[in-house]
Amino acid sequence: MKAHTAPVSPASLLTRRDPAWARDFEAILKAYEAAGGKVSALQSDRIASAVISANRVLWVNEIPGVHIEAEETPTGIRAHIRVDPGTRVEYPVHLCFGMIPQEGIQEIIPTFEIGEGAEVGFLAHCTFPNAINLQHIMGATVRIGPGATMRYTEAHFHGPYGGVQVLPTSHVILEEGGRFENEFNLTHGRVGRMEIRMEVDVAARGVAELTVKAYGMGEDYIRAEETIRLNGPEARGLTKTRVAVRDRAVGEVYTTTEGNAPGARGHMDCTEIVRGEAVARNTPIVIVRNDQARVTHEAAIGSVSRKELETLMARGLSEEEAVDIIIRGMLA
Amino acid sequence: MNPLLTVENVHVQRPGAEVLRGVNLTVYPAEVHVLLGLNGSGKSSLAYTLMGCAGYRPTQGRILFDGEDITDLPVSERARRGITLAWQEPARFEGLRTGDYIALGMKEPTLARVEEALRAVALAPAAYLGRPVDPTLSGGERKRIELAAVYAMRPRLAILDEPDSGIDVLGVEEITGLIRQMAAGGTAVLLITHRDEMADAADRASLMCGGVVVKTGSPDEVRAYFARRCRPHEETLGAQPWEPVNGDAYKEVVTRGVCE
Repeated sequence: MKAHTAPVSPASLLTRRDPAWARDFEAILKAYEAAGGKVSALQSDRIASAVISANRVLWVNEIPGVHIEAEETPTGIRAHIRVDPGTRVEYPVHLCFGMIPQEGIQEIIPTFEIGEGAEVGFLAHCTFPNAINLQHIMGATVRIGPGATMRYTEAHFHGPYGGVQVLPTSHVILEEGGRFENEFNLTHGRVGRMEIRMEVDVAARGVAELTVKAYGMGEDYIRAEETIRLNGPEARGLTKTRVAVRDRAVGEVYTTTEGNAPGARGHMDCTEIVRGEAVARNTPIVIVRNDQARVTHEAAIGSVSRKELETLMARGLSEEEAVDIIIRGMLA
Repeated sequence: MNPLLTVENVHVQRPGAEVLRGVNLTVYPAEVHVLLGLNGSGKSSLAYTLMGCAGYRPTQGRILFDGEDITDLPVSERARRGITLAWQEPARFEGLRTGDYIALGMKEPTLARVEEALRAVALAPAAYLGRPVDPTLSGGERKRIELAAVYAMRPRLAILDEPDSGIDVLGVEEITGLIRQMAAGGTAVLLITHRDEMADAADRASLMCGGVVVKTGSPDEVRAYFARRCRPHEETLGAQPWEPVNGDAYKEVVTRGVCE
């Protein structure tokens, strides 16, 4: 296995001489842009970043207080991302994971360690523009120190064929007074098969907010399984799931919130819109082990609200246009 | 002058009751026409019927717009011909920004026109353009945005269902001013309300009771009739006529001729 840290300076990013590297890099940057990523961010020496193509670490940029170590494995990479205690990272750390080939496996095993009182955002783009039979597996471990904040936004782009299996699992340990905000978006292109599994253990006064937004079509399958355990006094948790499915796609949302300590407060909010022959399921599970804890849930599943539809149609939009605006708004 | 809207003997059946029982109404181009009536008289049902909403298809009668029979047209087609509706309780839209929502109905959207529409309903564009039209807005804010969207659209016929209810900051005068401004720009306004003072903004008025239009005339005439003949029976007439228990009392008042 090879280890990589900051292999080149940003200035030489576009002029590097290794032609194979340049080809790979150019291809992945195009895919990164297709997924909504900003290439300019990868060229800035003030923004920490990493670019991973299949099992190759093409680019790493560290900044003071943010350390990224990555090593290649036969099927992917193993990464260790550390943010020093007390560090306030001004710009989100940009991560790009992708594969250009139509087939293959990419297995990403990252460990995030956010030091006490640190504050950092991550903007990850996962892009598989040509996927026909491709598997993207992620097994993340996250530890957020006392009073630290981590915001992680992940956007996916899977191309038009729906040939991707995305299987991310994460376990987050949130220490006292810590904050974790996670947003997962898969709203452009086809989904393929996506199974997200996330577990968060929240200590006293910690706050966890998990958001999943996905739009499935054709034969896509979306499964989101999220668990928040509010283990410490006054811990708070929110899951927000927005899924739209059409054609014959399937959307399944399983959320669990446990209120295990006094003053713990949890809420699960799920909206799923169903069109055509698609199927949506939602299973919220509430577990309360302390008589001073409280967990609530709300779910709305079904067709687009008739009133919303007719309001937009009364402005001159066709029914299809109105449905599209409502779904895009929900997933925005 | 030819009428812009003609409603001829329109009947609408809802589950459990006939909510419109032979409505006749005409609205002229650029006219402000107030439709008065107590709660449950069928005003909102008529609004949904005119807009073509699901479940409000006439079982009898027809609706003509600019001479064309639009009775069977869907909502979108009616809107494309220039009809729109501001709902009494407007829908909320997650993720849709106010500026974009207002621009949706405009043929040639411009930021200047969207801002003008917001100012017309006393909302500061800088504060509202980017706000989502979702439950974070108060009821009054949402209603004002609905009025702004209709204003920006420049429709030929704007049906405003109780635009004065639930708005705390904008008073009746501001709303009537906006309506007169729309009419001056060529929009006919069918203003639905149970507040008879709103008739001051109108060119003509009609009164609904028990699912029919019982009187049409000058605003003063209809307003006086409404105050004298309907208000005293507000408690009874205000009940929903399609609920069986209230329905009997409602029918009794109507058939005794109190409102006819």
